[in-house]
Order: sequence, then structure tokens, then C-alpha cells
Amino acid sequence: MSLLDGLVTEASAITEDEMIINIGPQHPSTHGVLHLKVKLQGETILDVEPHLGYIHRSIEKMCEASSYRNFIYLTSRMDYLSAHMNNQACSMAVEMGLQVEVPQRAKVIRILMSELTRLASHTLWWGAMGLDLGAITPFFIGFRDREEIMDIFEETCGARLTMNYNVPGGVMIDLHSNFQKRVKTFLDNFKKHLPEYDELLTGNIIFQNRTKGVGFLSTADAISFGCSGPVARGSGVSCDVRKWYPYDGYEAVEFNECIETSGDCYARYMVRMKEMVESAKILEHWIDQIPEGDFQAKTKNVIKLPKGEFYSRVETARGELGVYIISDGTANPYRIKFRSPNFSNLSALKQMAVGGKIGDLVAIMATLDLVIPDLDR
Amino acid sequence: MIETINPSAPAEIKDFPGEIKQWPGGGFVLSSVDNVINWSRSNSLWPLVFGTSCCAIEMMSAASAKYDWSRFGFEVARASPRQADVIICAGTIVYKMAPVLKRLYDQMADPKYVIATGACTISGGPFFYNSYSVVRGIDHIVPVDVYIPGCPPRPEALLHALITLQKKIMLQSNSAKKEFDIRRS
Repeated sequence: MSLLDGLVTEASAITEDEMIINIGPQHPSTHGVLHLKVKLQGETILDVEPHLGYIHRSIEKMCEASSYRNFIYLTSRMDYLSAHMNNQACSMAVEMGLQVEVPQRAKVIRILMSELTRLASHTLWWGAMGLDLGAITPFFIGFRDREEIMDIFEETCGARLTMNYNVPGGVMIDLHSNFQKRVKTFLDNFKKHLPEYDELLTGNIIFQNRTKGVGFLSTADAISFGCSGPVARGSGVSCDVRKWYPYDGYEAVEFNECIETSGDCYARYMVRMKEMVESAKILEHWIDQIPEGDFQAKTKNVIKLPKGEFYSRVETARGELGVYIISDGTANPYRIKFRSPNFSNLSALKQMAVGGKIGDLVAIMATLDLVIPDLDR
Repeated sequence: MIETINPSAPAEIKDFPGEIKQWPGGGFVLSSVDNVINWSRSNSLWPLVFGTSCCAIEMMSAASAKYDWSRFGFEVARASPRQADVIICAGTIVYKMAPVLKRLYDQMADPKYVIATGACTISGGPFFYNSYSVVRGIDHIVPVDVYIPGCPPRPEALLHALITLQKKIMLQSNSAKKEFDIRRS
């Protein structure tokens, strides 16, 4: 038995002029450890089969052994690019069970942090997308802005990536006194830099040729595969949780839901580019309107949820994240299920890729913006 | 009299472990083979692109302009293990991924090094208790040269680990009597 038993498909399953190519689990364009088994005829893709589980860390099972305060910290390791939103979804589910009202200040802090996280995630995606399509400059441009956000996080939360800033009832500590000043500086810089983003990729003819009309996903397919986030919005599905099911003060936030209708890679790209502008607008509006008051509601040291089921959802940078808690009345959850946006988005991959060329697969993977640990959990 | 051949040579040449002597009709170099080999190895470490989870993002940060690991000669990240010198194992390794990591390590050409980035690769980290699928430390699978704690470690920590690895390489012996094996060093 070979070490990689199961990775190679039997030769008998394919005809003479077809071939099977294994992409991953160690491959730069899969953005982690996804394994794609691609059936090719020449360069044309006949079939794509994703294999999962290379980073399955049993987070859901571990949550059952943790208390309601502690399981939140595991979830920043799921979708680490939207760590704040993951924490927020979990906190909201626990707050729902506790019937705790989050103070207004904490809500606004959560909105600001969420939008900063979304910007950080999208700038990284933009850089990685450039890398995937053969351009290295976007990576450095994207990370230049991202590092500024990381510094802001570090000042307030103490961590750059896995922030663990949300606790049931609000946020862990108050904002750093420099927060407003630094966010304003960042926004000024970011607005100056955004035209560079468009110059480098959006208006680039090579980029447009590689993304326009590639990886088409129809509206009906996007709905039936359960896609969410920019992937679904690129196909004309209005699915922004912030608009449809406002949470934590988003009902007061004015922003446009970015929708494109062409359903190809370029549409998904444009959705994210527009989302960055919207996030910057939200930040600009709310940075001067942080209300005074408590940043955390009082909760008991040992949280016990009443018997029942609690579900909360947030819009992460990748789509809708749902947290489903079943409580049996003790200090530990009986069962926790995460509805991760990446898993549903990946399921539409075959629909997008079949019939295209293998080079297009890389572009499609880039616009799906997968985070594999969130997919496998 | 000892002097450099070209006074305007880049500063790196000053770190060269040996003496460059002028001689009528040319110069000659006085050094030991070990030193020269180690010097060239340690200054051109090519990492393998191997990121499984969160630490990979910090590894990308270390490659970005702010931290810029190319200052130390690490920027040639390779996607193929055949061309790489060091695995920066960035992220959790689970049982399904463990044989892949072992195979990648075996495919690399000697001399090869491993850096364990983050708590997960050292001991399982946050997944030490109650997890049924996480390998408790990659030193169960491959020999590790440098460990970096943190969840995830900062890019500066990764740079420090790579510089530590450079120092380690400078100290190793390449003589024929000793079989080259990193596990013994």
C-alpha cells in the first residue's frame, strides 16, 4: 500500500485520450490543502472532484467539550481571514440563548471591526488572485494596505490574525485610544490606493481576457448549490445577510449590496472590489459615531444556556456563516454545527469548471476565495 | 597585506568566511570548504510553499514588503519540493495530511531542513486536547530544526527562526567521515 493510497485514480476509469491530474493537496493555487482530481481531455476539463479532509481538525467535536466562553476561540482558527466575524457569530448565538442585550457601543465596535476584517480579507484575496493569474505586484500592493489594518487590530486586540475580540455580551476590552485616528489615516491611504488596484488588475486586458466569460455560474445554480457571499452575488443573487437579516446594529447601517449579474469570474471579482468601497464607506461613516457607554454587558462567569436550539448567522468576507447550537442546559454545548460558506461555494466548482480549460480552473479557484480550514473545520 | 579585491563590492562579501588575498596577476581565497559551503547554503535557503492554515497567512506577511524576507535570501519560495531546501510547515497537520508531509520531505534533496511554525506543529497546540484528527507535533513525522511558538507566530518570529536556521547551518560539518544527517546535528 502506497503512502498516498487513494490519491491516484485507476487507469481503467479513463479512455485513451483522457487523463487524470491531481491538483493538490500541496499546490499554491488551491489556497491551502485542497485536493482536486481533474479529468482532462487535452486541456479541456471533463470532470472535477474535490477531496476534502486534509485539514479537518475536529473543531465541531472539540466545541462540545469546551464551555460557552471558550469555544469561541477555536472558531477564529476556522476562517482565519474573517476571524472576527466567526467570533461574532458564536457570541451572537450565545447571547441569543442568554437573552443578553449587547450595549450600543459594543455593537458599533463590532461593525467597525467586521468591516476592517472584510477589507483585510479582500485585500489579501486581491493579492492572491493576482498571484494565481501570474502577476506578483498585486500581492505587495494588497499586503501594504492589509498590514495597516493588522496594526490597528494589534493595538486594540493584541493579536494580528486570530483576534478573539468578541465575548458573549460584547467585546473583550475597550478600543485603544489611537483607534479612531489610525482608522482615519488608513482610510485616507486606502482611498488613495484604490485606483492603483483598478489600474493593475481591473483594467488590465490580460486579466479581463482570463476572467470574462470564464467559470459561468447561473443564478439558478447559485441558489441550488447554496452559494452565498460574493460568489452568489456575482450571479445576481441578493443574499447579503447584513441586509436581509440585520444583526448587531447593521439595521442602522446604510450601504449598498453589491450585485453583478454576468456570473463569471470577472463578476465575482467586481463584487469584491465594490464591497471594499462599501466597507470603506461604512467605516468612514461610523468611525466618528462610536457611542459612549459600556463595551460589554454583564454575564455570569459560567455561562449555562437554557435547553433549546440557537442559530445565528453573519456575513463573513466569504458568505453566510451560520452557527447552530443545541443546548441541553449544561455548561457545555450538546452539539455545535457550523454552516460554512466555503463548503457550499466549493460545491458549485464542478458546475463552473466543466467545459473550460485547466488554466481557467485556477482563475475560478481564485474567485471562489476558499479558506480550506473553514471548509474542513 | 589583506584587502578586498573590490572595495566597492556589496556588503555581503564582507561576511564571507575566509580571506581574499591580493597577488600579482590575480587574487586567491583562503578558507575551508566547510565554511564556504555552509555560507552559500545558509544565504540561499529556498522555502517550500507549504501552508495548511492560519500560519500560512503570517508566512505570506513575512514575504510581503513590510517584513520582506528576501533581505535574508529566503524569497525564492518554490512550489515543488525538488527545488526547495526548507519546509516552513505553516499550520496544523492532521492524520490525513501526515503522509503527504512525509512524502514532500522525502522528495526534497539533501540537505533539507524543517521549521515547525506555530503551536499546532509543535504539539498540536489548541488542538492538543479532545481532537481526534490532529497530529500532536510534526516531529512525530519529520525531524524538526527550528520550532517557533505562537498561534500564529508573528512574521518577525518567522524571520528569527530562519536566521536561527542560518546560524545552525553555519555550524554544521560537511566532512566525508561524518554522514550528513540533520538528526545528529
